[in-house]
Amino acid sequence: MKPGTYFMDGNTACAEAAIAVGCTFFASYPITPATEILERMALRFPEIHGSYLQMEDELASIAAIMGASWAGRKAMTSTSGPGFSLMMENYGFALMTETPCVIVNVMRGGPSTGLPTMVAQGDVMQTRWGTHGDVGVVVYCPASPQEMFDLTVEAFNTAEKYRLPVVLLSDAMVAHMTEKVVIPSKEELTVVDRKKPTTSPDDYLPYCPDEDLVPPMACAGEGFGIHVTGLTHDERGYPSVDEETQTYLVTRLINKIRKNSHDILRYEEYRTEDADVIVVAYGSVSRSAREAVDMAREEGMKVGMLRPVTIWPFPEDRIGELAINGLKAFLVAEINFGQMVYEVQRCTEGHCPTYLSPRMGGSIHTPEELVERLYGIYHHEGEEGAP
Amino acid sequence: MSIRKSRNYFSPEYMSQQKGKDMGYGLHPLDDYLRKDRIPHIWCPGCGLGVVLSSFLRALENTGIPMEKTAVVSGIGCTGRVAGYLNIDSFHLTHGRAIPFATGLKIGNPHMMTTVFSGDGDLFAIGGNHFIHAARRNVDFNVICVNNFNFGMTGGQSGPTTPTEATTTTTPFGGFEHPFNLPGVAAGSGAVYVARWTTYHVEALINSLEEALNKKGFCFIEVLAPCPTGYGRRTGQKTGKDTMKYYRDNSRIEHGADPTKVSLDGGEIVVGKFVDRDAPTYQERRGEIFQAIRDKMGVK
Repeated sequence: MKPGTYFMDGNTACAEAAIAVGCTFFASYPITPATEILERMALRFPEIHGSYLQMEDELASIAAIMGASWAGRKAMTSTSGPGFSLMMENYGFALMTETPCVIVNVMRGGPSTGLPTMVAQGDVMQTRWGTHGDVGVVVYCPASPQEMFDLTVEAFNTAEKYRLPVVLLSDAMVAHMTEKVVIPSKEELTVVDRKKPTTSPDDYLPYCPDEDLVPPMACAGEGFGIHVTGLTHDERGYPSVDEETQTYLVTRLINKIRKNSHDILRYEEYRTEDADVIVVAYGSVSRSAREAVDMAREEGMKVGMLRPVTIWPFPEDRIGELAINGLKAFLVAEINFGQMVYEVQRCTEGHCPTYLSPRMGGSIHTPEELVERLYGIYHHEGEEGAP
Repeated sequence: MSIRKSRNYFSPEYMSQQKGKDMGYGLHPLDDYLRKDRIPHIWCPGCGLGVVLSSFLRALENTGIPMEKTAVVSGIGCTGRVAGYLNIDSFHLTHGRAIPFATGLKIGNPHMMTTVFSGDGDLFAIGGNHFIHAARRNVDFNVICVNNFNFGMTGGQSGPTTPTEATTTTTPFGGFEHPFNLPGVAAGSGAVYVARWTTYHVEALINSLEEALNKKGFCFIEVLAPCPTGYGRRTGQKTGKDTMKYYRDNSRIEHGADPTKVSLDGGEIVVGKFVDRDAPTYQERRGEIFQAIRDKMGVK
């Protein structure tokens, strides 16, 4: 699309961002509330010479985008909770084989078929621990249609730079919301492409990392004769089923994210400079939280908001820092029974209490109910039985 | 009496012991196609996989397609290990997902001659849905299914092709499910080329593979192969040779046979080329429609 200002829904913005950043392969399966992405791609791909496939299920969708990624394409799939559950096996394969791709999960109410058309945030821990084994992951959490655009671009760039499947964890509210979206020009857009090998095919070791722990990637048809396997593999990419290789490989895959988290990690702070209580919120809920902060400030409460933009890696150092420096409490507002709250609790190391404002799905917190909760914490924290 | 420890062929110690040893590598004309540092393979004595693999390589050599333009995708299982031994771009996928991965690879880079090489359990139990849809789409790649009638790598369990009454570790009292007729499934789903051979019919198999490699569209070849360790020893064929004799004595070549009437259930084996037709591939159809849209929109 031409650069400019549009009135656009989140799912459309996501599809347009993928196209803008150079995604030319898309495979997906219809599912509410993510279907609009697939529909937009079907409409737009002929003109950009893209390959669009409606697969037989989500197992196939993620396998197809991995195949396309190894064919040298930038590739994406979109889904919601039930489909994301089906993708867990190959999410692990893509992490293990360091296959760059983007998975969009527009969260809806679960468990199981749950609330197909309504909002929830129940997949937070699934993106972190849903696949078997130890993994390091990157997950972005957009809070507006504009961020659906911006973070899709960033998800592709991170996927290419660090060679892994990156998840864009949206929710039904943000995905179906129509708002102002600014599409930048080509010059304003940062586009990162994967590192290519600089050695000859004879000297090339497909899983020998550079200093940033990321190995350069040769694709099919480039004459390198690569072998890719989900088995524990050595630097040649060959299966090597022993403890030493496993330790070396898995440690590197986790450190790849850990040691580069200064580059990947993103969070936003709103009026936290003098705050006594901080609301931690992400995705659609952060919009209510922002409003609640303003309302509480008007009532004289020193309240702020911390919004993780990457929920993985998590802003753990910043939360620890805030907890140590005399914060009264954290309030975590999320549309689930408590998932990120445990992460916040872990990071405070007991230096300040962490409260949860849970919600079961279907709608987001209202600013008023958050203000009420903040009032209780702000004025009664430390008293017996409070808040 | 000492207990013999099973050898870890992948251990660095074992590999370093083998270094410099003359293992006969380089003596065979097809050795260039194999990864020298991955030999010896893990397959059991009497297994039919070596025959299928060398037939595939001979066919590949006959076509003259350059190695760097060839990709093999495998799933999980003994046949799944084929990818790892080939000195070309090769992918060893998760269980059952070789076909959708190959779909992405082939459509992502249409210049790659792509072949899915996997077993009956991988392709038709856990991966069955992907098979019928890839055939329906007529994506331009080949599927070689090595059918040994059981799950060999996990020790001989019953699978979607196991003959009804066969005894396996999960049908210890004999089975009661009907097996798939693979050529029937392939033809019914839209494959443009369907053939079945056994490891006894090597020359015919090579010809068939060569035809499939040269043909556009979704081509399917089923190859029956002995598995004495997992299957044969429980069903009266204790060695690979016993199974080969069984193939010799029970096979009947019938080209053009109705693929819905070539079921295998322990009796006669009908082999041959059952389907060879032309139909536009997924890429051709899509290319045509997308081009028409671009023309209408006035974009290049």
